[in-house]
Order: sequence, then C-alpha cells, then structure tokens
Amino acid sequence: MPSEPAAAAPRAPETPFQRIVSDFCANPVAVFGLVLLGVILLLALFAPLLSPQNPYDLAQLDVMDSRLPPGSATPTGGTYLLGTDDQGRDMLSAIFYGLRISLGVGVVATVLGLVIGLAAGLPAAYFGGRIEATVMRIVDIQLSFPAILIALILIAVLGQGTGKVIAALVTVQWAYYARTVRSAALVEKRKEYVEAAHCLALSPARIVFRHLLPNCLPPMIVVATVQVAAAITLEATLSFLGLGLPITEPSLGLLISNGYQYLLSGKYWISFFPGIALLLTIVSINLVADQLRDVLNPRLQR
Amino acid sequence: MLVFIIRRSLQSVVVLFAMSVLVFAGVFAIGNPIDILINPQADQIDRERAIAALGLDKPVWEQYFTFLAGVMHGDLGRSFVHSTPALGLILERMPATLELAFTAMLIAIVLGIPLGLWAGLKPNGFAGRVIMTGSILGFSLPTFWVGLMLIMVFSVMLGWLPSNGRGPTTLLLGLVPVSFLSVDGWRHLLMPATNLALFNLALLIRLTRSGAHEALLQDYVKFARAKGLSNARVIGVHVLRNILIPIVTVIGLQFGALVAFAIVTESVFAWPGMGKLLIDSIGVLDRPVIVAYLLVIVTFFIVINLAVDILYSALDPRVRLTESKG
Repeated sequence: MPSEPAAAAPRAPETPFQRIVSDFCANPVAVFGLVLLGVILLLALFAPLLSPQNPYDLAQLDVMDSRLPPGSATPTGGTYLLGTDDQGRDMLSAIFYGLRISLGVGVVATVLGLVIGLAAGLPAAYFGGRIEATVMRIVDIQLSFPAILIALILIAVLGQGTGKVIAALVTVQWAYYARTVRSAALVEKRKEYVEAAHCLALSPARIVFRHLLPNCLPPMIVVATVQVAAAITLEATLSFLGLGLPITEPSLGLLISNGYQYLLSGKYWISFFPGIALLLTIVSINLVADQLRDVLNPRLQR
Repeated sequence: MLVFIIRRSLQSVVVLFAMSVLVFAGVFAIGNPIDILINPQADQIDRERAIAALGLDKPVWEQYFTFLAGVMHGDLGRSFVHSTPALGLILERMPATLELAFTAMLIAIVLGIPLGLWAGLKPNGFAGRVIMTGSILGFSLPTFWVGLMLIMVFSVMLGWLPSNGRGPTTLLLGLVPVSFLSVDGWRHLLMPATNLALFNLALLIRLTRSGAHEALLQDYVKFARAKGLSNARVIGVHVLRNILIPIVTVIGLQFGALVAFAIVTESVFAWPGMGKLLIDSIGVLDRPVIVAYLLVIVTFFIVINLAVDILYSALDPRVRLTESKG
C-alpha cells in the first residue's frame, strides 16, 4: 500500500493475507462498501447501547406518540429522527434492533447452508460415481425453481416460526454451495498435493476435509457473502408477506410490512426508512462480495 | 432430436412424479391430514364421514394412490373458504397472473435489450456506466420494497396511478378477463408490471451487454465490417442474431420465475392473481388451495423448462442433443 512508511526499506515478502488486504483496498468503492458494512454490523451488535430507546420495552412507549413524522419531539425533549410507528416506537431504534434480527437470521442460515452444502458437494466431487450423480441431480432440479417458491412451499408445509424460516433459507441455499464446492473440488482433486496425500495412505475423510476443503474455500467465501445478502432479502420478503418471522422478532421486513397500511395515508416513514436500512445492508454486502470475487480469483492473481 | 425430446419428456414426468410424492409427504405425512383436509369447523359426525370418504383410515401407500388418482382427474379437493373446487379457483385466477407476467416480460425485453446493447457497444461512455450501475440496483433492491416506493410516489404523492387491484376487465375472445384492453386497465397494470419487470430488466441488460461485448471481438464482425456493411446492419443483424440465443433461453426460463415472483408483486399491489390467492390461502390455512397451487406451479415450471430445452436445441445447432446427459 502506498500509505506505508517509506522507511521500512527491506520489506518482508507479502503474506497471502496481506496481498488480499492490499488488493481489496485497491478499489475505493469496495472499501466504501466494507466500511458501510462495518458500520451496519456495529449498529446491529450494539443496538441496545446506541438506540435512543428500547423499542420493545412497553414501559418506554407512549401510544400518544404513534405515527409521528420524522423530526418530531419526544416527551423527554429529544427528537424522533426517523419518526415513530403505530405503537409509538422510535423508528431509528426499531431499525437498529431490526438489523440485528435480519443480519442474525441471514448469517445463521448461510452458515448452516454452507456446512450442508460442503458436506454434500465435497464427497460428491471426491468420490464421483453414483453419489455425485444423485447429489448433483437433486441440486439441478432444485436450482431450476426460484428460491422464493421453494421457501414458500416449505413455509406452507412446515408452518411458521423463526426456526422454520431458517430451515427454509438453508434449504434454498445449500444447493448453491454444493454446486460451487463441487466444481472447485473437481479441479483441486487432480492436483499433486492430493496425490501426495493418497500416497501417505491418509483416510478419505482426512483428505477431503483437511486437504481439499481449505483449498476450495476462496470461491465458497464469495458465494457465501452473496448468499448472506440473498438470505436477508428472502427473509425480508417472507416477513413482508406475513410468512416469515413472528411479531416477537421484528426484522426489517416485518417493520416494512407494518408500515404498508399507513403508506397510503402518506405516512411514508414507517416503511421507507427500514427499507433504506435493508437496501444499504444488501448493497454493502454485494459491493464487498464483488471485490472479494476479483481478489480471491486465482486466474487474476499476479 | 426426437430421442432427445422423448428422453427429456420422460425425465420431466419423473420429476413431476417426485414432486407429487413430496407434496403428498409434506401435506399428508408431516402434517395431520385430518386437520389439513377437513374443515376445522366441521362437527364430529362430519369429521368421521369425511375421514372415511377421504380414505384416511387406509394405509399410507393406498392413500397416495387415491391422491394421485384425484390429481389425474383434476380433483384437488375443495376450498374450505370458497367451497368450490380448488383447481378451478386457481385456474380462475391464472389469467390475471399470466397477464401481469407477460406485461412484465414485455417491459423487460423492450427496455432491456436496447439498453444492454447500448452499454455493450459503448462500455466506457457515460450512458453505459449509468445503465450498468442501474442494473446493479435492479439486482439489489428488494422487489416488495420497490413496489411500496412506487405506490408512495405514483399513487400517494403524485396521484397518477391507482395503488391496487386490476381495474375493469374486458373479456378477451369472450373467454378470458384481461385488463390491457382498456386505458384504465393499463393504469392498473403499469405499476405492478414495472415492479415485476425490474429484476429481469437488470438481468437482460447484463446478458445483452456481455453478449454484445464478446460478439464485437469475433472474426465475423470484423469480416462484416470489412465487407463495408453499415453499422446498423452489423449490429442489428450479425451481432443481435448471435447474442439472441442465450437471451431467448433466459427469457423462457425467467418466465417461470416471473410467475413465481408475481406472488410478491401481487401481494403488494393487491393484484387478484393466483399468487395473491396462495398468500391469502396460507393466511387462512385453506390447505386444498395451497396443494392445488403447488401442483399447478410445479407442473408449469416443468413444462417451461422442457419447452426451453427443446427450443434452445432448435435455435442453436451447435448444441449436440444426443450427447447431452439424459
């Protein structure tokens, strides 16, 4: 990086991690996305400390304050920067708490989907044959249906609830990981280090998980990043349709849905601001994922 | 070619069969079929009569064949709420959804291909960059929220367009009610169709752009230019014809996705299509309608995928059908 002090003359060779960091920082838009994502993550993590009020502590809510426009005064002399919803909740606080839930559900679903996808895709690539044919046929059929449809079918069959929403998101996602990791592993398994591992008579499980897996991770990181954004959008959509998270877990989608009925009477802020928060989250994740794709792509390595 | 079509059709039948098992397993085995198929408001005598009539006291495999036989006869049960056959209810709502999806696809094609060509021909120009940035937004924006914002701007603030419903419908060919034959119908149709089109618009822009980008470097383009053909002819005939193959495929495949995504758009704009019916039915646990919707939409998808595969092979002689895995 050009900002390093010039005094450090005999520079140690770059570690791969340093290379990735410096390559990532080469694109200012991506850095902006990363900073934005960092801010959003901090807001979500520290929502209880940063929010002007606890939007789910009924003692702090005043129904007289319901549906106030942005900039209205609070009873305690502050300002409702983004207005209030129909329960008299400060929208800014509700959004901070909503970010927590949306991001949490998205990340949990992605991690679970990633684990299942790896567990299905890696053996498929390594062993080939009937295992591969079966797994990939299921993946192909599943991917020929849109995610929203599969999620809706599952919710319609399983019923509603946080666990079931996560189950639906995981079911939608695992196929993407299985497909990506298989194609990466098919390339990797022909390399010499795998052959060397064979010669050492290591067990297949050890070769797959200790040797193949780490080398297949870069594309998985990219897909997983994109999929976190997709999972958050899908959860928000399901919640908006009233089929997602229960009212006790007010994600951004639920906040938007909540404001839908007031939109027609011109009270835009109840839906508008949570939507902006959702949008910024998704765009920042996508910007980071885009740059990660370039940085982690071995074909573009110098 | 014929072998491919037959093999591909057989494969579709297998998938359809597998889906029917899954739906059956989901609704009849995981859930309690008595709760699912019998109106919860029915009294004890009605319940027992219904259990016997539906054969719920028989073994599972026999129930499955009864269910399958019902499906074959187009009998997917009666709606609890409307007390009419569930399949009829779905089919009644289908024209509204198809009209919405067709209009959305039309908007995406009419805007997407020219914009994509423009961005592909002038990748470094200002317009090209604006188009590409816009297409990224089209991917990132959550559809339902964009719908709300459209309502906010065009219905609430400007008051130009109605925020919900289908408006007055006219009978097309004396059979199918449609909105697009009247001005007021168009006013109702425009916003939901635009909303539904956004994702595909972005997709088509990207696809056309990268296709044009690649095609321009090919020898046949250089040759056409060397022959002294006009720019319009090189782009309009030589380039466009070659990049249309993947575009047609995607348009076909995406049509199914549009019908599925219409669930969201229909809910936002209270468009009385089958997606809205599904959401309403899930809300009131009208399970026969849910099952009917699932079977209809899955069939729809399988037919579309099959048609696209066959069309693709017909369009592009380079695809060797006999070699593709059945």
